[in-house]
Amino acid sequence: MQLQQTVLGVTFPNPTILASGILGITSSSWRCVAENGAGGITTKSLWLREHMGHPNPTIIATDHWMLNAVGVPDAGVEKAKDEIGSFMRRKPVPLIANIIAESVDHFAKTAAEIVKLYPDILEVNISCPNVEDEFGKPFACSAPDAASVTAAVKEVSGEIPVFIKLSPNVPDIGSIALACAKKGANGFTVINTVGPGMAIDLKSRMPILANKVGGLSGPGIKPIAVRCIADVYRATEGKYPIIGTGGVFTGEDAVELMLAGASLVGIGTAVAYRGIGVFKNVCDEMKQWCEQEGIANIAELVGSMHSTLATDH
Amino acid sequence: MHIPLQSRLPKTHHIVSMKQETAHVKTFTFDTSFGALPGQFLMVWLPGFDEVPMSIAMDDGEQTKITFFDVGDMTKKLFTLREGDLVGLRGPFGTFYEWEKNQHLILVAGGYGAAPMYFVAKEALKDGCTVDFVVGARGKEHLLYLDEIGTLKKTTLHVATDDGSVGHKGYNTEVLEQLLKSNVSPRAESRGESMVFACGPELMLKRVSELCIKHQVPCSLSLERYMKCGFGICGNCTVDPLGIRLCCEGPVVKNELCAKIADFGQYHRDSVGRKHSFENPSKKDS
Repeated sequence: MQLQQTVLGVTFPNPTILASGILGITSSSWRCVAENGAGGITTKSLWLREHMGHPNPTIIATDHWMLNAVGVPDAGVEKAKDEIGSFMRRKPVPLIANIIAESVDHFAKTAAEIVKLYPDILEVNISCPNVEDEFGKPFACSAPDAASVTAAVKEVSGEIPVFIKLSPNVPDIGSIALACAKKGANGFTVINTVGPGMAIDLKSRMPILANKVGGLSGPGIKPIAVRCIADVYRATEGKYPIIGTGGVFTGEDAVELMLAGASLVGIGTAVAYRGIGVFKNVCDEMKQWCEQEGIANIAELVGSMHSTLATDH
Repeated sequence: MHIPLQSRLPKTHHIVSMKQETAHVKTFTFDTSFGALPGQFLMVWLPGFDEVPMSIAMDDGEQTKITFFDVGDMTKKLFTLREGDLVGLRGPFGTFYEWEKNQHLILVAGGYGAAPMYFVAKEALKDGCTVDFVVGARGKEHLLYLDEIGTLKKTTLHVATDDGSVGHKGYNTEVLEQLLKSNVSPRAESRGESMVFACGPELMLKRVSELCIKHQVPCSLSLERYMKCGFGICGNCTVDPLGIRLCCEGPVVKNELCAKIADFGQYHRDSVGRKHSFENPSKKDS
């Protein structure tokens, strides 16, 4: 049973990827996650210059959901050079560098700095739902804005594949993906967190997150992720690889996202519930499922819901 | 250890009593239990302001206490609260101190470290342990929990102050060294049963670690790092080169593991992940 996946020339030992924003501050942390079975690593969002993020509480959770408004803190591109440089010198698995910026111009500048470090893939975060007070609606909420960022990043990204990380919080995610594809996007990461949502402490009558609202994740968002992946896959005719992310806790969850169209599967929140060994667990479970179903190569699953629909209905 | 997931959502509790320990240290008591073990921490939230990790000073199954210094913006604000005010708490998180029945424990506490160490002593005495409790502070006016420690049975209190205003003039680690030396010669046969636990400033911990390696005494240390989530997902408290998270694999870390942590006694990371050396102290909350 083959779990290895090759996406745009980049070979991942298995399809599980550490999603952006979870762990991922330091090179040693990425290595630790890789040792625990992840097939690829996504960095936390990297800014050109230092960005402070929100005060605590920034991450809260229950059995059913997690809300986060960390506010994308980062020390800027100089630290990224140290950490990515250190990781790439002795790289256990492919590295996806996730970048963020407040303007189209800064997206291009950040991308230009980060591509010098030769990450395997550049992921462009245009969909963070918890910095709206600072920067307004995410670029991912408008097709023209998303397309402008894509074009600006593609201009400086050279040979490195560019994945655009999309927001589920839009009426038509397929049209946003298509607009980015027309400007040269090579793939998509689907989805960022949902909402935003809010939680209130009853006695103090105060919102718990310092930012008041935060992105929703956890097992309950999986159906939204599956639908968004299916929409993007259909809108782009299955021609663009998708890193499916959202609510993946088990091997069967990962298989489901792949059936919808994902080539790789991001795991984030599940680390808080199943521990850092979740990557290995999910791989073992996928393998077991595939063996039971007589599937020799995991790549067979990608987008196969769409072909089933086309054949049967 | 299984952490109930509901513990990841803070809930506010009224401060039922408070005690001014020193000019800069207070203890708050809450009428709730988190089932916490000595060495674990809570995330302490002041609604509308901030949330920081704090060692648990006591959880006796009915009440929970936190003891803190007014050193940062958050703890200064917390310092102004009154009885009846609301504080959000979630946890407990992290590893805890572990001992065996009838063991001899040497507890080394620097500054606020006296509070969680007192929690250790109280629980360990129930298991028939004996305790040497070494408390250190800059001066007499900064010493904590002396009265409480004084009431403990089978416990010998040792005090060290930098200015010599009470007890040994110098560091608590010098007292520790004396204890380890005396333990080695006349009572060599019992050495294997002794264990050192330490909580306090990291450079003190570094010295404790070195002394315990030198005298071949097992030891566990409480390491503190900037934390956001407290349950192993934000990655802010990971240490080099292992990449382990001190909110999950710590804060209480065995000396053998400490020896593999490059950061230990050298640097810590701030909220954006940038390194700061312990030799050149930088702005840091609580």
